[in-house]
Amino acid sequence: MSIATNNIAFNVEEIRKDFPILNREVNGYPLVYLDNAATSQTPKQVMNAIVDYYSNYNANIHRGVHSLSQEATDKYEGARKKIQQHFNAEKTHEIIFTSGTTHGINLVASGFASVLKEGDEILVSALEHHSNIVPWQMLCEKTGAILKVIPMNEQGELIYESFEKLLSEKTKMVFLNHVSNALGTINPIKKIIDKAHEKGAAVLIDGAQAAPHIKADVQALNVDFYVVSAHKMCGPTGVGVLYGKEEWLNKLPPYQGGGEMIATVSFEKTTYAELPHKFEAGTPNICGGIAFAAALDYMNAIGFEAISRYEEELLGYATLKLQEIEGMKLYGTARDKTAVISFNIEGLHPYDIGTLVDKMGIAVRTGHHCAQPIMDFYKIPGTVRASFSFYNTKEEIDRFIDAVKKAKSMLS
Amino acid sequence: MSKTIQEIQEEIVDEFAMFDDWMQRYEYMIELGKALPLIDEKYKIDENLIKGCQSKVWVHAELENEKLIFTADSDAIITKGIVAILIRAFSNHHPSAIIEADTQFIDDIGLKEHLSPTRANGLVSMIKQLKMYAVAYQTQLN
Repeated sequence: MSIATNNIAFNVEEIRKDFPILNREVNGYPLVYLDNAATSQTPKQVMNAIVDYYSNYNANIHRGVHSLSQEATDKYEGARKKIQQHFNAEKTHEIIFTSGTTHGINLVASGFASVLKEGDEILVSALEHHSNIVPWQMLCEKTGAILKVIPMNEQGELIYESFEKLLSEKTKMVFLNHVSNALGTINPIKKIIDKAHEKGAAVLIDGAQAAPHIKADVQALNVDFYVVSAHKMCGPTGVGVLYGKEEWLNKLPPYQGGGEMIATVSFEKTTYAELPHKFEAGTPNICGGIAFAAALDYMNAIGFEAISRYEEELLGYATLKLQEIEGMKLYGTARDKTAVISFNIEGLHPYDIGTLVDKMGIAVRTGHHCAQPIMDFYKIPGTVRASFSFYNTKEEIDRFIDAVKKAKSMLS
Repeated sequence: MSKTIQEIQEEIVDEFAMFDDWMQRYEYMIELGKALPLIDEKYKIDENLIKGCQSKVWVHAELENEKLIFTADSDAIITKGIVAILIRAFSNHHPSAIIEADTQFIDDIGLKEHLSPTRANGLVSMIKQLKMYAVAYQTQLN
């Protein structure tokens, strides 16, 4: 099936050939994978990068004088450079490898313990992944700073006016996601970053859900910190990056002690290594970093514009079809959103729907999506969430809709 | 003489063996869920909630003539069906029989996937909870 986007190079059937997992069956049906917001699938090109690493140049980096170590170091640092270019960071050492988004957030939150004092304020959005709120709560307990929440409206959009009111000279940090994982809302981060900077507050953006769909330009955004995970964008699990402005990264203390992050060590005093190594204690996920860069190459070859245009088409199609089902209630109807649909059917529990559609080979997520505050806002136990990727098709959406209809008739 | 837990379990396994595919099995479970004798509203409190379930499951236990009677409810219907199956097997027996009861029959009726600890319906937690009640009442009887 060729898609009628402006980009004639975008052929979903060709793309699907790169993803071996899309050929498998689940419960006797061809798999329809619509849980892309939890983790994306991996193309052969990324798998090849992993096999190549372990087959040809597996060695510890930055240490050995031997050739293999040198080769691994070059590839790993090359990956950092590629990631820098992708996000348009000014300097390569502003890219810190992490184990993923959560690690990046914890690194920054922990570092801010030395910046904050009692009475300072941190603003977080009501749209956050709840595990991402915990590091800030811990930070507040430690420093006596106060956590304040930017509320959202019925459509699942942040209320900008409330943010403006909450923001003051006391605000030292603003933390929010670029895109909400539960609802797909795209937040107006540029506007929020600029406003926060007027009051001297730093801004950390969780880009985990945005990065697979939107190519963020950290210089244009003028953001202080931006964190992502590789596994949401065709890369492997257990690796991600923290982008931080050089001046901020120099200001924050190291997160963990160990090898790699030191310049000199004696029992009297240890001096820390320069960026980025100051934040990369121990042997990193070398293969993961290299595979992450391969994933970015893969997605960039298709093109983020083509990807988001196609995904928008899928979102529109699925939204229309779902709304034809009686009793359908969609959550998160923001004007700007990525290809995520959160829904419930009147009188039915999301868990029942999820269980039955799984039996028909459809993978969706059910539950609170680690965003309990959002579920509390709508006063629901959870939702069914279908999240689409550029390798999904309209035929798959038809199968998904049929499965939901069948589940509904079985449960009613 | 009333049936033993083992006998009831065999009965349930036989019933499920009549179905050819998952659809019929789930339809039957949904039926069982709808027929589950409801727990008294006053017992639908947080203390009676079973942890580890994506849906809410309340279980209440009462001792009558040395036999443990379970009542339960859930906000999800498939979960209710699963609880109904468990209650049919375990309710109205002496606590010691409940403690000793095997749970292999869950596997035999084709619900094995629900036994995985990652499954959010918490079937494992439900069984554990029923057995915990039995242990608690057993100590009362001793």
